[in-house]
Amino acid sequence: MNSKGNEPARPLDIIRRRLHKRYNAEKRFKLYGITAIFLSLAFLFLLFVSIIGNGYSAFQQTHLQLEFYFDPDLIDTANPAASNFPGIVKQTLRQKFPQAKKRREKKQLNSLVSTGAAFQLQDMVEKNPGLVGRTEKIWVPADDDVDMLFKGHISRDVPESDRRLSDFQLQVIETLEKERAVRKRFNATFFTAGDSREPELAGILGAMSGSLLTLALTLALSFPIGGAAAVYLEEFAPRNRWVDLIEVNINNLAAVPSIVFGLLGLAVFINFFNLPRSTPVVGGLVLTIMTLPVIIIASRASLQSVPPSIREAALGVGASKMQMVFHHVLPLALPGMLTGTIIGMARALGETAPLLMIGMVAFIVDIPTGFTDPATALPVQIFLWADSPERAFVERTSAAIIVLLAFLIIMNSLAVILRNRFERRW
Amino acid sequence: MENILQQTRYASLPEAGLQKQDWTHKSVVMEKFEKYDADQRGTVGEIHVADPRMTCRNVDVFYGDAHAIKDVSIDIGRNEVIAMIGPSGCGKSTFIRCLNRMNDTIDICQVTGEILLDDMNIYGKDVDVVPLRAQVGMVFQKPNPFPKSIYDNVVYGPKIHGLVQNRIEEDEIVETSLQRAGLWDEVKDRLDQPGTGLSGGQQQRLCIARTIAVSPEVILMDEPCSALDPIATAKIEELIDELRAQYTIVIVTHSMQQAARVSQRTAYFHLGDLIEVGETKKIFTNPRHTLTEDYITGRFG
Ligand SMILES: Nc1ncnc2c1ncn2[C@@H]1O[C@H](COP(=O)(O)OP(=O)(O)OP(=O)(O)O)[C@@H](O)[C@H]1O
Ligand SMILES: [Mg+2]
Repeated sequence: MNSKGNEPARPLDIIRRRLHKRYNAEKRFKLYGITAIFLSLAFLFLLFVSIIGNGYSAFQQTHLQLEFYFDPDLIDTANPAASNFPGIVKQTLRQKFPQAKKRREKKQLNSLVSTGAAFQLQDMVEKNPGLVGRTEKIWVPADDDVDMLFKGHISRDVPESDRRLSDFQLQVIETLEKERAVRKRFNATFFTAGDSREPELAGILGAMSGSLLTLALTLALSFPIGGAAAVYLEEFAPRNRWVDLIEVNINNLAAVPSIVFGLLGLAVFINFFNLPRSTPVVGGLVLTIMTLPVIIIASRASLQSVPPSIREAALGVGASKMQMVFHHVLPLALPGMLTGTIIGMARALGETAPLLMIGMVAFIVDIPTGFTDPATALPVQIFLWADSPERAFVERTSAAIIVLLAFLIIMNSLAVILRNRFERRW
Repeated sequence: MENILQQTRYASLPEAGLQKQDWTHKSVVMEKFEKYDADQRGTVGEIHVADPRMTCRNVDVFYGDAHAIKDVSIDIGRNEVIAMIGPSGCGKSTFIRCLNRMNDTIDICQVTGEILLDDMNIYGKDVDVVPLRAQVGMVFQKPNPFPKSIYDNVVYGPKIHGLVQNRIEEDEIVETSLQRAGLWDEVKDRLDQPGTGLSGGQQQRLCIARTIAVSPEVILMDEPCSALDPIATAKIEELIDELRAQYTIVIVTHSMQQAARVSQRTAYFHLGDLIEVGETKKIFTNPRHTLTEDYITGRFG
């Protein structure tokens, strides 16, 4: 007890004494927040670094330059599809590397060039029949093993038995290298082709258009239906037990694992309605059912956040309920509804499990152009490639993830832009 | 004193022939004594007017089980400003919102009794609230312009009711409404700017312009000046005084001075009861109910 002990403490002193405690609490809280943000940013950074680090090389592909002789004996100009273009490739290689004597060596030699080379030659002849009989220097894609060698995933120093390329194949490649006939070029195939068993011929376009078709249907169905349901429930439905029941069910549906929706789609759309399996139609319907609850919940929250004073103002001048909703409430709620929808779409874009159930996991080479063409989707393609044994599919998996992330970023930016545009108008 | 009572009684004999249905209920008007104690509920004073525009009889309002308005009967005269005063939570807003069925929007709110607008029971079965609210406009406590341009704010009501056919008529109604609301000179150069960008007082006048644009017969105002400074308040009071010539105005206010300044009649509510109604001058100079007196003299409230 000091001398001041008997005097009653001034409120200001009490406040001062506790002040630094309060500030410390505040500082601590800020620190927690910053740590949390930093941690999540770090994980995000790590994710990006690892995916981009793995995936960027897939945007390049090793090509070989060879002198092809378009042998008229092997080409049927009337029907190029029936010609023996693989034979031309083999002939070219055998002439350039006559040291390949044994059957095994010939086979190894042929396997250095992608099977896509023959298709490339065929394309060229179809476009320009004048090529037949001429000799041309042409860049053709190398096999994925050669590609991996140049990207450093196959080492030249390990013993032959541990290597996917034989010593003979390495010799051939070194010869080509000396002639400057090996080069990494932009991998256009990745963006223009569908899936393939050969990594160097596999592309993302099939999965991309599959996703696009599926999402287009999902958006076209789920936004109007979800929006209408939300508006009805929020603005028009009477408050009673039935509506409560519906509300509980919607909330439950939003939490149901997506694979269950896949099973539902399989049972209802494919088995009962006999819609074609593996198609964007079914995928879109399943994803619609899956996203509807999300959109309804987000839209209702957005409708609820419109201040009641605006509703009263509208009713006060004699607007009917319908006019109040459509003239005043909806325009204010729309940005939020759109944001909810785009978030739902982003989730649908990344959804894999339900698509597996309805057969969109099939190996499909052709690029889908309609809602009833067999298709896969981006995440399913990632799943498929991640499952493939070839080393070259590892980088393609990451590249596909990059494409998916790019789409997600575009969609989310769109949400922000749309919202800002709308908000400025109001 | 007996004299005054007699006079009131006399004046109370309604010419409009309303007495037939009116006197069945116990509590309507207590005229026996000159002064009434706090525990005597029921209405003191003169609920009748010679030429009523709205007639409320035995109105009860419940929020679920809560009894918010208890058996209120009152007339609202043509071209008069009637002020509703009373302590917070006494049911002024609840009552005024009955007059254009704004309470319909609250699910748990139940209204019983009779409210007539020119002999039409507004709570009747086949009454449409849309034209009713065009007839009985409302200005809210907090200015609530639409988040649209000033022009669209004013023109919205006439547009949805089909009162304007073309751009020329629209322009005209916007100008006259804003002029009558005393806002025209301040906003005439920026009609396309959002109404939410105006100051609080301007917003409230915009809301008044929006209300009078649909030419209502009755205007309800729930504390229209509570968020405004004295200058804006003065402008709105002036406006109310001008509007009186054409409209019937019911105004809820917490300011006794305001009630005294703008109204001809005053109604005092207390815990859901309508305690006293009468000429504003009389209520403020010679309240007959103890509760009224206590409130007016500032003993509570
Ligand atoms: N939406 C509602 N739901 C339930 N009870 C309500 C509701 N609105 C008002 N009440 C109740 O009704 C009573 C009267 O409220 P009201 O708003 O009419 O009072 P008031 O006289 O306008 O008060 P103030 O002067 O503070 O605005 C209060 O007891 C209030 O709690
Ligand atoms: Mg109130």
